[in-house]
Amino acid sequence: MSNEIVLATQGLTRRFGGLVAVNDVDFDVKSNEIHAILGPNGAGKSTLINLLSGEIPPSEGKVLYKDRPIQGKSARQIARMGIGRSHQKTNIFPRLNCLQNCELAARIHMGGVFGSWRSRHTARQVSERAQEVLDTCQLNHRAYTTASDMSYGEQRQLQIAMVLATAPSLMLLDEPMAGMGREETVQVTELLASLTDRYTLVLIEHDMDSVFRLADRITVMVDGGVLESGPTEQIRTSEKVRDVYLGRHEEGATA
Amino acid sequence: MLHKYPKRVAYIMLVLTALVAAFPLWGEAVFGNQANFMLEKLTLMLILALFAMSLDLLVGIVGLVSLGHALFFGLGAYTLALASPDFSPASMWWMLPLVMCVSACVGLIVGVLVIRTKGIFFIMTTLAFGQMLYYFISTSPLAGGTDGVFIMFRPSLTIGETSLVNLDNPYSFFYFCLGMLLIGFLFLRWLTRSYFGQVLDGIHDNEHRMQALGYATSGYKLVAFVIAGVMAAIAGMLAAMQYGFANPAQLGWHTSGEVLMMLILGGMGTIFGPILGAFAYEILLYIYEHATTHWPILMGLTIIIAVLVLPRGIAGLIIAPPWHSKRQTEPGTESEHGKAQVALSAKPAPSARRTKP
Repeated sequence: MSNEIVLATQGLTRRFGGLVAVNDVDFDVKSNEIHAILGPNGAGKSTLINLLSGEIPPSEGKVLYKDRPIQGKSARQIARMGIGRSHQKTNIFPRLNCLQNCELAARIHMGGVFGSWRSRHTARQVSERAQEVLDTCQLNHRAYTTASDMSYGEQRQLQIAMVLATAPSLMLLDEPMAGMGREETVQVTELLASLTDRYTLVLIEHDMDSVFRLADRITVMVDGGVLESGPTEQIRTSEKVRDVYLGRHEEGATA
Repeated sequence: MLHKYPKRVAYIMLVLTALVAAFPLWGEAVFGNQANFMLEKLTLMLILALFAMSLDLLVGIVGLVSLGHALFFGLGAYTLALASPDFSPASMWWMLPLVMCVSACVGLIVGVLVIRTKGIFFIMTTLAFGQMLYYFISTSPLAGGTDGVFIMFRPSLTIGETSLVNLDNPYSFFYFCLGMLLIGFLFLRWLTRSYFGQVLDGIHDNEHRMQALGYATSGYKLVAFVIAGVMAAIAGMLAAMQYGFANPAQLGWHTSGEVLMMLILGGMGTIFGPILGAFAYEILLYIYEHATTHWPILMGLTIIIAVLVLPRGIAGLIIAPPWHSKRQTEPGTESEHGKAQVALSAKPAPSARRTKP
């Protein structure tokens, strides 16, 4: 992990009518770190990821990626800038096989205007890139398996492989281990741990064991705002965070 | 696509194509003095099959349900009618490119505006554009108003002084239309197997995901919209040649609705399904029209039953026949039905041609 800040938000706010889903959030992500975002359901984590990836525009505030403002840009523009994201729900192309899913992801980022009619040379490069990410995600033995025929855990891994295929410098992973069994969770945790030397990760996850194992820094969100942000050890021992997860935060708020 | 479907699909389509191509040989024996009328009907079915196939690119492949596709069908017909000289036949060498250029330009303009909409809004905006042109043409003296425009001479297809195909001859024109349909089919088959087709497939499955990967989905949808429009315009041009006139009804919403019914009947997203749908629809129409004056009720009931019983259309029946599912349950039997079910949901992809090493 270096001290170079890759992504930063300043006063990031998103309102849905009267509901403030993300409220004045300031946080930053350093190069090659895994920055986890924790919080109970409804804390605004996924909305934050949607704001960062351009799926929804912010109501107020700034998002800076490598010191350039990106708020208001479309999801496509942000993806082309090098920010890849995976979704909370398994979001693959079920009718394509594993390799084709990764090729589809890789192809758009490997030059060309329209990205569909390419030379044999580029096609080979795309295929090699797809094979490479399947190797990284230990899915090479499933390369020719139709995605819909794969297990749930493998589909989640494929989703990560697709993000990797886009050659991002920053990955936004929204609950990559959601719904997985213990064994699959350990496998994905190992996979994410192996990526830290090459990628910067923003990770939303409910599996505390994995989060505390992987994260360099953690930001805890409650009711759309940042409760606490800091190194993993600081968050692990934080009274405020414990209160949130044990429910004392809400009791205090209503008192 | 066909390479993913069971082999019987290719066999059935080849047999049907051969049967249609050989109509001049058996037509008279079966239909007697009605053979010429039946040849005209068959020619019309080929033209409508091309039209339905073009809509399949939008509805079945990309997932954009259009209720204004007849706009392009009528546009092709009117381009031919208005550009044809009154006292001599136009040359097909410039007429066909002209129809393609005009429809591509209109497709681009309409597409840029409608492609931003989704779902019901896309349906309504395409319908609105179709109806706008319908009313403009219906009230325009230049386009003959509600009477339409008559085409005095069918375009000619010659090289120098030598006629390649005499399009005035019903048999030659029939084969010309069959050739155009085959070219259209092979083009769409190639397109849907290309990388471009894979992207369209991705958009159909999950447009948000494609955007998150960095794809400018609107651009791809626009190209598909223009291609579908150009193909529909070629079908419209052929229809105008067949009828001998261009009429506002050719670009009204009724025509758009009919071609959508052909698509539903044949099976969406299969490319060969709409061909079967167009034939089935026209045959049913002929039977019902001769059976009762209340034929629209019968046709409506048929479509409702088809949707309920054959949600994947006639193509689905061929790809995965119900009797194959019974055989599947027998222990130790290798199931082709299972493969067919995957094929039904499967779409073309360039690297799908590769097999597992």
